[in-house]
Amino acid sequence: MSGLSINAVTKRFGEFKAVDDVSLSVPHGTFVCLLGPSGCGKTTLLRMIGGLEEPTSGSIALDEADITNVPTHKRNLGMVFQSLALFPHLSVGDNIAYALRIRGASKEEQRKRVDELLALIHLPGFADRPVAKLSGGQRQRVAIARALALSPRLFLLDEPLSALDAKLREAMQVELRQLQQRLGITTIVVTHDQREAMTMADLVVVMGEGRILQAAPPIEIYRKPADAFVADFIGSTNLLPAEADGAGGAKVLGEAVAGLKLPAGMARASISIRPEDVRIAAPGAGALTGTVDFVRDLGGTIETFVQAGGATVIAVATPRERPDVKVGQKVGLVLPPESCVVLKP
Amino acid sequence: MRREPPRSAADYAPLVFPALMLVVFFVAPFSIMIAVSFFKRDPAGFYKPDFVFDNYARFLSTFFGSVLGFSLVLAVMVAICCVAIGFPFTYLLSRCARRVQTVWLVALLSVLSLSEVIIGFAWSTLLSRTAGITNIFVALGLMDQPVALLPSFGAVLTGMVYQALPYTILVLYPALVRLDPTLLEAARTLGASPARAFLNVVTPALRNTIVATLIMVFVFALGSYLLPQILGRPQQWTLSVLITDQAIYQSNMPFAAAMAVFLVLISLSLVGLTLLVGRRENAQ
Repeated sequence: MSGLSINAVTKRFGEFKAVDDVSLSVPHGTFVCLLGPSGCGKTTLLRMIGGLEEPTSGSIALDEADITNVPTHKRNLGMVFQSLALFPHLSVGDNIAYALRIRGASKEEQRKRVDELLALIHLPGFADRPVAKLSGGQRQRVAIARALALSPRLFLLDEPLSALDAKLREAMQVELRQLQQRLGITTIVVTHDQREAMTMADLVVVMGEGRILQAAPPIEIYRKPADAFVADFIGSTNLLPAEADGAGGAKVLGEAVAGLKLPAGMARASISIRPEDVRIAAPGAGALTGTVDFVRDLGGTIETFVQAGGATVIAVATPRERPDVKVGQKVGLVLPPESCVVLKP
Repeated sequence: MRREPPRSAADYAPLVFPALMLVVFFVAPFSIMIAVSFFKRDPAGFYKPDFVFDNYARFLSTFFGSVLGFSLVLAVMVAICCVAIGFPFTYLLSRCARRVQTVWLVALLSVLSLSEVIIGFAWSTLLSRTAGITNIFVALGLMDQPVALLPSFGAVLTGMVYQALPYTILVLYPALVRLDPTLLEAARTLGASPARAFLNVVTPALRNTIVATLIMVFVFALGSYLLPQILGRPQQWTLSVLITDQAIYQSNMPFAAAMAVFLVLISLSLVGLTLLVGRRENAQ
């Protein structure tokens, strides 16, 4: 298979296992987001793909050739660092042309490629500016252009957008995705921002404690999280204890939920249900009973916090379907069974 | 922390003590020296106040000119050797584990506790025929018989580089520790071998630090007067040696003062020139 394949890669730092037996195959042209909390090993994995760290065991292959022991400068990849690492003593053009200069390309060739790349990142005519005079977003683009100068086989980005403010970050996410689509380049981005992963990725790889917890397309990760950690990390969710009632049905927080079944042989479970799937109704059969604790009206969405059976359940509604509730009111919570994901407790 | 400009006279109070020390121990002696350089020598006594240019005129001879030239060349060579050795060394040191760094830095600091005299005599023993390192080479079969490596220019240079190297490393260390390690990694992902990345990314990124260190070692080496005497021939004596000679053994204070002032002016103008060239290149 052409593309990147990672086989049983482990990285130890002394006693600490930063990456623990990770295997992953990435088809050519895929946009992958390595997602996880800090210290989950995602950056270490990226650095091993880039050749900046050596795996303790396991192998990495690119287009069916083993690159585990190939030094970084011979891997033909482009990498964008969290700090961007633009060379402070070089102009924008010279930064972008650095890789070409190393390869001994002629001045004319360098000039041509720099102009092409500057057009690609929407900064035409910036070649002679010093990098110190650029804004955060512009520096970001220059770092991307520099990494793409040699049309690399792999494009690696380590938290590339973390230094930008929220608005610019969202715009750059879209731009980066569009750029990747246009170039069709295999891209791996490390991020701890799940919105960023959802926006850009074909394949989201959620990591925790050095292991891959789930690797799937974003919407599948959101709709069918593999475990409670993934469910909680991607978006917000209600994680509620459930148990089999002995008659084929299931109870959540001690109350029967109509239509919900646990897999055979499972006595206890956790139910993950997204706040937007929880409906608030009048108290009654088939619904959990609870008391409204707090209502947060954000304009675009309304979040209702309901105390039920010792847990807080959050329900999100749009203004159009605004639930008519007050703090202290008794309400029913309807959990549609098709929206409930049954997880191990 | 925001620094506020001092407002009242009381805000300047902390400056009084250092200012006083500077005046008493630097400004006053230096002014006296400048004044003495225009005095007339009194062969019977010491000197008498006057205002003559004789001392400076005497200096403008081929002999003193060549000594001055040699002193400058030696100082420049010491500076270049120190930075050429110290920069890669400090770079590698800054990438080592914390504990390794501490051991090295403590060892280097302990070199600073040695006096110039001890360093001079240690090297004169090390480079001698009877007890020097050539005996080891003979034992290893690399040489036929031990030779004396001093007095020579190489011995002077070695001793002075040894003496100045700890200062060089201590000045370079903070800048190299602060250097973003991803700069080098970025260069490597762009196809540069580690050695090449070091040469065309790390070195230019720290250009100002390197220039500052060169100037510091240059000035430091210019003042050295013991090592050239212990390790070198009279041809390898620096202007500082001649100044000492005139001041202490010939009792010619005015002439010694004139040479000292001249040396200060020359080194200041060289430093100024270096900074000017650096600024012009930066502006481009």
